[in-house]
Amino acid sequence: MIDRDQLADTLELMCPMFVLLDPTGHIVRVGPTLQKLRPDMQMAGERFLELFELTRPRAVANLTGLLANAGTKLHLQFRDEPRTSLKGVIVPVPDGTGAIVNLSFGISVLDAVRDYALTSADFSATDLTIELLYLVEAKSAAMEASRKLNLRLQGAMIAAEEQAFTDTLTGLKNRRAMDHVLARMVASPVPFALMNLDLDFFKAVNDTMGHAAGDHVLQQAARIMVEETRDEDMVARVGGDEFVLVFNRLLDRKKLARIARRMIDRLEEPIQIEGQTCQISASIGTVFSNQSATGDPAELLHKADIALYKSKRAGRACHTFYSSDLTDSSQEPVPSSSMPPETSARAAY
Amino acid sequence: MHGLINRAIQSFFCTTYGTDRWQRVTEAAGLEFCEYEAMLIYDEEQSFGMLDAMAAELDRPLDEVLEDIGTFLVSNPQVESLRRLLRFGGVTYVEFLHSLDDLPDRTRLAVSDLHLPALELREHAAGQFSLTCHPGLPGLGSVLVGLLRAMADDYGALVMLDRQGGGNGNGRDVISITLVETAYAEGRSFDLGARAG
Repeated sequence: MIDRDQLADTLELMCPMFVLLDPTGHIVRVGPTLQKLRPDMQMAGERFLELFELTRPRAVANLTGLLANAGTKLHLQFRDEPRTSLKGVIVPVPDGTGAIVNLSFGISVLDAVRDYALTSADFSATDLTIELLYLVEAKSAAMEASRKLNLRLQGAMIAAEEQAFTDTLTGLKNRRAMDHVLARMVASPVPFALMNLDLDFFKAVNDTMGHAAGDHVLQQAARIMVEETRDEDMVARVGGDEFVLVFNRLLDRKKLARIARRMIDRLEEPIQIEGQTCQISASIGTVFSNQSATGDPAELLHKADIALYKSKRAGRACHTFYSSDLTDSSQEPVPSSSMPPETSARAAY
Repeated sequence: MHGLINRAIQSFFCTTYGTDRWQRVTEAAGLEFCEYEAMLIYDEEQSFGMLDAMAAELDRPLDEVLEDIGTFLVSNPQVESLRRLLRFGGVTYVEFLHSLDDLPDRTRLAVSDLHLPALELREHAAGQFSLTCHPGLPGLGSVLVGLLRAMADDYGALVMLDRQGGGNGNGRDVISITLVETAYAEGRSFDLGARAG
């Protein structure tokens, strides 16, 4: 039988965080790594349970209680700061002269290595802690590379979206493109007419027949607007069912009224979708570039809106030219009682 | 070739020779981009084309440039995390050398689709080693020479390296390593708990 000192010498190499206890539960010797966690503390001679608090199982008051849990996993932590948590296992020394506790850090090892400046020499040769640390670092580095890639891709996506001038659903220009075009046009001496066009009863189509049907209607409407305008005109979808049309060098009221009428008539033609019929209409307001006092695109858009709301109040499906005697009612709600000529509610069936 | 390798080459070149010259390399190699993404896989042939363009741009033999890349990987603060990962291999330079056998497995633990050819260290006499680099990634031998030299500095060891058998037809590279002194200089410290940022 080897004596306790020989046993402790062996343990130092194999389990550098061991604690050798005497039959009364007092510490006889501790491993070098465990001692490194409390360099100024004389551990030998202390009562084990006064240095370490047993968090699981609880209510163990002495060595007999500890030994009742021999071979099972113990959860412990230091009673003083830093209260590093430890895992452990206790086994009795065969001839009843005490017990051996082997401790390890468990998942707290990452913090422990940093807090206590541990090195690979502090772990036994077979301990996988170094491999674990390696893996944590390697995975963090790989994750970081992935994260950077994701950030770059996200940045590229946002940039691409910001640069896009096309409304992907209809192929028309989008609001961003319209802002650019309008800014350029108000700065040039070329006169133009600006139309705001709102689809009427479009929401009903979306609500009763679903978004796919709504999308189809928008595409049809976009096609009609493109067909009814010249190549040099701009058609933009600036909102869900809101469109802006800009007519270059076209100030002829009769012509514009005709274009507006034709667009409304065509937009009102029933559209077949999967055997169902739906019908929408449109209200239009038009303003001329020379009706702007400030040359601000926002002012023109607002005046076109005033005209548009006049059309809506007049029962929709019509077109109004802006004039200064129109009252600004664009912020007030339009009565929603008016129904399309061939009520779209039918579309639901 | 794995994006991590391409990215490392790019970061070596840009740091050492500047982004303008890198731009020229990517153009000469016919790449339609100038930034490699670390987590994507690139066409082998294209990557080797980029290396050739790099050697041409520098007007230096490719092997020499590859050695510089190996040195860069260990000594540049930009890639500190890689130095740390290599230092996990052992407390001493000799332990580190022995850990090279595990390098391909270790690499795969970290990045599962990054495959390195097998490495084999033999100890012929005290302080006399040879490292065989099996075929699979042409040029790795040269990179390893630079890397082994820089790691020796890192550990403070004095070594002589000699690359034999390059281009002997079987695609294997053998590097002979003579360890003159293990504690020649102070070396750089390695703090286990300090995670590279």
